[in-house]
Amino acid sequence: MFELKEKLLSSFIAFENQKDIDSYVHGIRTKAIKNFEEEGFPTKKLENWKYTSLKKTLNHDFKLFPTVTEALEFKDIKDFLIDDIESYKIIFVDGKYCSHLSETTHEGMDICILSSALSQSKYDLIIENYFDKISKKDGITSLNTAFSSEGSYIHIPKNVQVDKPIQVIYFSTAKNESVLHQPRNLIVVDENSQVEIIERHQSLSNNRILVNSVSEIYCNQRSIVQHYKIQDDNKDASLIDNTFVSQQRNSDYTLHTFSLGGELTRNNLSIFQNDERIESTIKGITIIGENQHVDHNTLIHHKKPNCNSYQDYKGIFGENSVGVFNGQVLVEKEAQKTNAFQANNNVLLSDKATINTKPQLEIFADDVKCSHGCTIGQLDKNALFYLRSRGIPKKEAMALLMYGFANKVLGSVNIPEVKTRINDIIANKLGVKMGFDI
Amino acid sequence: MLKIKNLHAQIEDKDILKGIDLEIKAGEIHAIMGPNGSGKSTLASVITGKEEYEITKGEILFENEDLDEVSPEERAHKGIFMSFQYPIEIPGITTTNFIKTAINETRKANGENDMPAKDMLNMLREKCDLLDIDQKFLSRSINDGFSGGEKKRNEIFQMAMLEPKLAILDETDSGLDIDALKIVANGVNKLKSEDNCVLVITHYQRLLDHIVPDFVHVLFDGKIVKSGGKELAFELEEKGYDWIKEEIK
Repeated sequence: MFELKEKLLSSFIAFENQKDIDSYVHGIRTKAIKNFEEEGFPTKKLENWKYTSLKKTLNHDFKLFPTVTEALEFKDIKDFLIDDIESYKIIFVDGKYCSHLSETTHEGMDICILSSALSQSKYDLIIENYFDKISKKDGITSLNTAFSSEGSYIHIPKNVQVDKPIQVIYFSTAKNESVLHQPRNLIVVDENSQVEIIERHQSLSNNRILVNSVSEIYCNQRSIVQHYKIQDDNKDASLIDNTFVSQQRNSDYTLHTFSLGGELTRNNLSIFQNDERIESTIKGITIIGENQHVDHNTLIHHKKPNCNSYQDYKGIFGENSVGVFNGQVLVEKEAQKTNAFQANNNVLLSDKATINTKPQLEIFADDVKCSHGCTIGQLDKNALFYLRSRGIPKKEAMALLMYGFANKVLGSVNIPEVKTRINDIIANKLGVKMGFDI
Repeated sequence: MLKIKNLHAQIEDKDILKGIDLEIKAGEIHAIMGPNGSGKSTLASVITGKEEYEITKGEILFENEDLDEVSPEERAHKGIFMSFQYPIEIPGITTTNFIKTAINETRKANGENDMPAKDMLNMLREKCDLLDIDQKFLSRSINDGFSGGEKKRNEIFQMAMLEPKLAILDETDSGLDIDALKIVANGVNKLKSEDNCVLVITHYQRLLDHIVPDFVHVLFDGKIVKSGGKELAFELEEKGYDWIKEEIK
């Protein structure tokens, strides 16, 4: 861990020297690396990291600036796309933008890449107004900020309903080396606009991959943003996802996080409600097994009156897997008439599986409705008997019940193809044959 | 078809069934009546293989095969079905997918291939019509948010799809208004044939106006204390159960 930190600090100088040192972002990066130097990587001593240790994950000789080793073709990535819909695509391979697999646009909006936004003066205003404005200044986010150079850049101006979803996918093809990726997304949705974003990190190799991703999302007045994170990476890949969402009056942000793969997945999600009449909905399905660890660390910060937040996270934990849910809801004194709902329901399938669930409600206003509920249980015996009495064998009946349990979260997914895809992954994971309806 | 001999069963060391003898032949409809707590639902659960119940004495034979040690799903594969008194709500699984899985697992257990999707669709439509069920209801989650009557109708719909040899209707009339009761009873009657049999468990005689039993048995304190024809049901309706209690003293 110490070695990796040193390696990062010493390579920063070389990294930053290649960049335009007069630029606005140069100052931010320089400050960020100092932050990282002071804070370092998080350890279990920090309250927020009590149940998730990065020690093993960081203990590899990561290459910091991967070289593109292989040119990918569409057939190589098809399985990881929602390929049966029209969509914009921003595809990265080993940290580099891959234009022949992508479909971007500058017509009436910018759906493109951060490196070009950072290097062209016409984007200066947006960068200066939005870049690194809401991201946390902790060690792990600062590390990303210090090395931030590439990722998606999405700017939807006023009154635009983006005609099709945007898929942002980061592939890793690392050959014979462990690689650290640090993608950076900046998403700005202006007044009265609407967009759907599907995000995914996917390793195509058997080498150790660690992704430390940061996304800043700005939902301006009356905007509607629907965001999907598909986390179904292979077992040698780990992900630390830091997502920060800033919402203005009457905006509506919805995030679905599907955590179905990977070795270690940590989701740091912070949503800031900066004005009145804001809706924030965050939902998660976690289904993991042997040697897998998923940690959802969420914050919803209610600052103003008359806003709603809704959290629904469900988890199924098999083998020796570990789940963590830490859901903080902060309601400031001014935020009267807040409705905040939080639920975290878990099913443990094995004696060795663990779930640590911790609701954390801090309420300073007196006229609010806040509720939370955590359950940890086995499957309902009566439901199991009901299915078996209809001829469904025990194993299949259990799978079906788990499928039903997880599937409830999918009700609010608005893109049918995404729903079908996740449904298939879940059914496949649980060994359930589905996909028949009239 | 079903032969129960001197059946004793308990749950958590409490004796519920204390020596039941009952034989149901193909083509027959039997009704079991009795006051609360007499063991009616326990009998249904024991026949379908609910694991919380333990058979301490006696046996249950279905088509001359001892059901002891036979799992609930295997009993279903052999053709035993129970319409639940309290059907379970299972969100997240549609009724269609549930029924499809149940039918194909049963076919698999009996060495048959999956039912072709087209046949399945036709059958779903036909049975919906039979029970006056809107097809939209099939794409809803199992019993999720259903009214009491809808749940019971769904039970009989499942029965119609699974075509069991022995159908046990556990308090199917409770929660049904008179129109729904008629539809359900009509469904059961249409499914009835010389090759299957029905065991109706009920408190009241009103269901038996529509599903007419060949035999009526009175269960009291874990035993069948009286058996007779359908007229016994009228007598019970009129006089209540007290006279039977008196009679057996």
